[in-house]
Amino acid sequence: MAPESTSPLRRLLATREASVVGALIVTVIAASFWIEGFATGRNTGFLILDIAAIALIALPMTLIVITGEIDLSVASTLGLTSAVMGQLWVMGLPLETIVPLCVVLGAVLGAVNGLLVTVAGLPSLAVTIGTMALYRGLAYVVLGDRAVADFPFSWTGGATARIGETQIPWVVLLVIGLAVVFGVVLHATPVGRALYAIGNNDEAARFSGISVRMTKLWLFVASGAVSAVAGVFWTLQYSSARADNAAGLELSVVAAVLLGGVSIFGGSGALAGVIGGVLLLGTIRNALQLADVSSDTLSIVTGLLLVISVVAPNVVTRLKERRRATAPPPDRAAADSSPSSSPTVPAPSKR
Amino acid sequence: MFRSRMTRGIAAGAAAGLLLAVSACGGTTRGDEEEAAETGAVGEADPNAEIPEGLAVSYLPKQLNNPYFTFANTGGSEVAEELGAEFKEVGPSEANASSQVSYINTLSQQGSDVIVLAANDPNAVCSALNSARQAGAKVVTYDSDTAPECRDAFVNQASAEGLAKVQVEMIAEQIDGEGEIAFLSATPNATNQNLWLELMEEELSSNPDYEGIEVVDTVYGNDDDQKSFQEMQGLLQTHPDLKGVVSPTTVGLAAAARYVSDSEFKGEVAVTGLGTPNQMREYVENGTVEEFALWNPKDMAYLAGYTGAALAAGQITGEQGQTFTAGRLGDYEIGENGEIVLGEPTRFNADNIDDYDF
Amino acid sequence: MSTPTTAPSPQVQEHGGGDAKAGRRLRQVREVGILLALVLLIVVTTVVNPNFLSAQSLRDLLLGATLLTILAVGQTLVIVTRSVDLSVGSILGLTAFAVGSLFIAFPNLPIPVVAVAGVLIGAVCGAVNGALVAAARVPALVVTLGTLYVFRGVDHWLAGGRQINAADMPGPFLALGRATVLGIPVLALVAVVVVAAVGWYLSSYRSGRELYAIGSEPAAARLSGISVDRRIFAAFVANGALAGLAGVLYAARFGTLDATVGTGLELQVVAAAVVGGVAIFGGSGTVLGAALGAVLLTTIGSALPILRVDGFWQQAVVGLLILIAIGMDRLLAVRAERRLRGGESRGA
Repeated sequence: MAPESTSPLRRLLATREASVVGALIVTVIAASFWIEGFATGRNTGFLILDIAAIALIALPMTLIVITGEIDLSVASTLGLTSAVMGQLWVMGLPLETIVPLCVVLGAVLGAVNGLLVTVAGLPSLAVTIGTMALYRGLAYVVLGDRAVADFPFSWTGGATARIGETQIPWVVLLVIGLAVVFGVVLHATPVGRALYAIGNNDEAARFSGISVRMTKLWLFVASGAVSAVAGVFWTLQYSSARADNAAGLELSVVAAVLLGGVSIFGGSGALAGVIGGVLLLGTIRNALQLADVSSDTLSIVTGLLLVISVVAPNVVTRLKERRRATAPPPDRAAADSSPSSSPTVPAPSKR
Repeated sequence: MFRSRMTRGIAAGAAAGLLLAVSACGGTTRGDEEEAAETGAVGEADPNAEIPEGLAVSYLPKQLNNPYFTFANTGGSEVAEELGAEFKEVGPSEANASSQVSYINTLSQQGSDVIVLAANDPNAVCSALNSARQAGAKVVTYDSDTAPECRDAFVNQASAEGLAKVQVEMIAEQIDGEGEIAFLSATPNATNQNLWLELMEEELSSNPDYEGIEVVDTVYGNDDDQKSFQEMQGLLQTHPDLKGVVSPTTVGLAAAARYVSDSEFKGEVAVTGLGTPNQMREYVENGTVEEFALWNPKDMAYLAGYTGAALAAGQITGEQGQTFTAGRLGDYEIGENGEIVLGEPTRFNADNIDDYDF
Repeated sequence: MSTPTTAPSPQVQEHGGGDAKAGRRLRQVREVGILLALVLLIVVTTVVNPNFLSAQSLRDLLLGATLLTILAVGQTLVIVTRSVDLSVGSILGLTAFAVGSLFIAFPNLPIPVVAVAGVLIGAVCGAVNGALVAAARVPALVVTLGTLYVFRGVDHWLAGGRQINAADMPGPFLALGRATVLGIPVLALVAVVVVAAVGWYLSSYRSGRELYAIGSEPAAARLSGISVDRRIFAAFVANGALAGLAGVLYAARFGTLDATVGTGLELQVVAAAVVGGVAIFGGSGTVLGAALGAVLLTTIGSALPILRVDGFWQQAVVGLLILIAIGMDRLLAVRAERRLRGGESRGA
């Protein structure tokens, strides 16, 4: 429609993903220059282990948010998986059995969310606030305030082991592998296109033959299963199965996804941006910690980053529209109605 | 159609799970003991070694904005001043196990010589600590220990026996050795709390002086003011004949005292345990609390700082029987499992509470 | 998120010029339902332990529900406009600590001045949220998730590891936390006044009704000449002010303040509102319902230890309750819709 955006390269550079990745590169370069101990293999290893769980859960979360839903129960699913893993271990089951059982459990927990959203037609925000409390509560019922810590070193050490002689933990391979799977599904299959269609207009997607309910159900199942994988990893990484593991992590995951440029209304966003968002959050926290910035400042920075990342593009769009509106005076009437009808400006009252 | 596809999906998932479970028979179970990687102390101790100037000593409390640790760590800056060391205090804003790990990694990356840590979980921090030790840091735990193989020494704020004994003595005096009592603890997996509870119960049941005392309940306030307050409220409702409550945690004791001081139970139910003078002053003055006890947290952090410096200098290696001098506190000897006991707890009451300002 | 199309809120009937009576009945059914659950819980608990109904215990219960009730009332104002405010726990913590700091810095300030200052601090926080949501048009969930971190960070920075103890605050202020009138705690009376005032405003004032209209159908509200942005901004400011009030009351009641006060409270508040029948997608729900939801959640918290149910079950029970509540709302909405449709066909 607008004649100014022409070359594909330019259009690529103007996307949210590009600005996130750009911000990431700037942060990494600045931190390497100014902060002692940041640009080392050892620190990179620490950083990756710190964000591994967030990165894993952010993958299915991206797809869910693109369809216009949300899953706030992920951290509680992680906690419940961890608690069950600890309890089964105490009961004497072999880890080779426990781990697949835990992943199945996660898928079932995700399916409960999915069924409540799709079959019962309840809003996912409310459903997953409910299951967030429910699953965390069940984790306490299973394990109480005990901690199970006597997992064998071959497993706990394995969880944080590095690839060969490098300082890179092997869990990177798991994250990359799953990222490729989710990335291909989202960006290179009809299912992926269906997700955007659902996010843009649920009703229209249904009429165009997309099985909206099945699609959403499977997304929630995937979210539960991946959260369970993250739970198993978390438990082994800290060699500690506890009911309160990863409490509050859902906020970091959602923050990373939104920072990565996925619209909270659904319908837009890309996986590359989200991975950039996860890395950006993790890098900033790691760099500030190394620079001895206190934890209170860290939380202020996290919050501001989230707000600015959403406010800035909105303000830019509105300014552009205003400029366009004032430039050709004859078009006055059309310009007046554009801010409220433009798809790029979300209605303020929706979340 | 929707349903049939779903059922098939679930069935497939269940079958896959079952298959994996069956194929995994004979895997790694709890019985198979493995040796953890050994990272114990090495090298000889040289009792006459000089403590070098400019050591980087970092304190990592359970959580940063906890007033108890804020006060305690003033002992850390005192040590740093005396030794010409660099003092630093870092930590998470919420007390959970995994959040301490990234701070340990950061300290290790910054090249800290001594890390003084109060662990939120005895095991979750282990691999990070060992990695820091391999990178050259000395690790001293204080207040809450980790598994012994993950640190060089542990400064115990008071022997568990000493603390259990003083609390049992206080409650027995305050209820005249007769009646029902209950415990209001912190979290059920706080290592120190559980040990004290166990020892107190043992003392109560084995010592004939305490025959008339019966422990009827143990509740947990999670070191959260409001939760402790509610648990105290619940205790007094469920046990109408309760004569006294022992709370071996500063948060719990303050909350319990506040509840009792506003309620009809004031003067009827004795409240004692471990608390800080500043928090308890009001309740001692208004007669809700007769007497309570605590160690001096500042001395605890001070001793931990000296222990770390002595380790870094090579005066000690953490072996049992080694001795070193900890500034104004005098000489200490390392006990079993690398433990160093600070000393006897102090009792606070209306007569002496104004002498203490912490 | 995208459900407004699949889940028509019951309010549509109320404002769509349809059957207003049906909407009102629906609300009454919901409120009576919560009330019944509450009574049942109290009766069962009292049978197990008669002490549960003692004067002291009832006072404790009312006091315990005070803060959550006030926060749930504020949250209702925001949720009916189809927004949400996740930062209330942080606002409460920040104002509580600020109030304590004021007392330390200016020991001679009269108590009402400090209380008003606390409310104003809350209102300023609310205005930040409101401005971002209404003017910058950022989704409320994202904004308040961000300010949840920011306000908490400011709180930590203000506290700097300090703790404020009862001895640092004037006696008369703390006495307010314990005072009773005819055996009813003063703080609980404050909550009752807040519920009554906001409830009356929402149901009797034009601007109050407009909040519902905005939540039901924002585009329609805009077209019909309602100044949507201003109303939403005002709802956030009011919610912030109420969270500030709750912070002041927290300081008076608990006396011990540090930077962690109110952490995680936001989910309990949203849960109370949702259990009380406030639809998460706006347009319906009453202040009274939200208040009942808050009282019910608090009562569960106090009843479980007395019923000798392991405290670990508490969170699971709350989660289940939320799911039941939203499930019931959906069921009632579907039935009301069906009845309406039936009525139409008969009429034609």
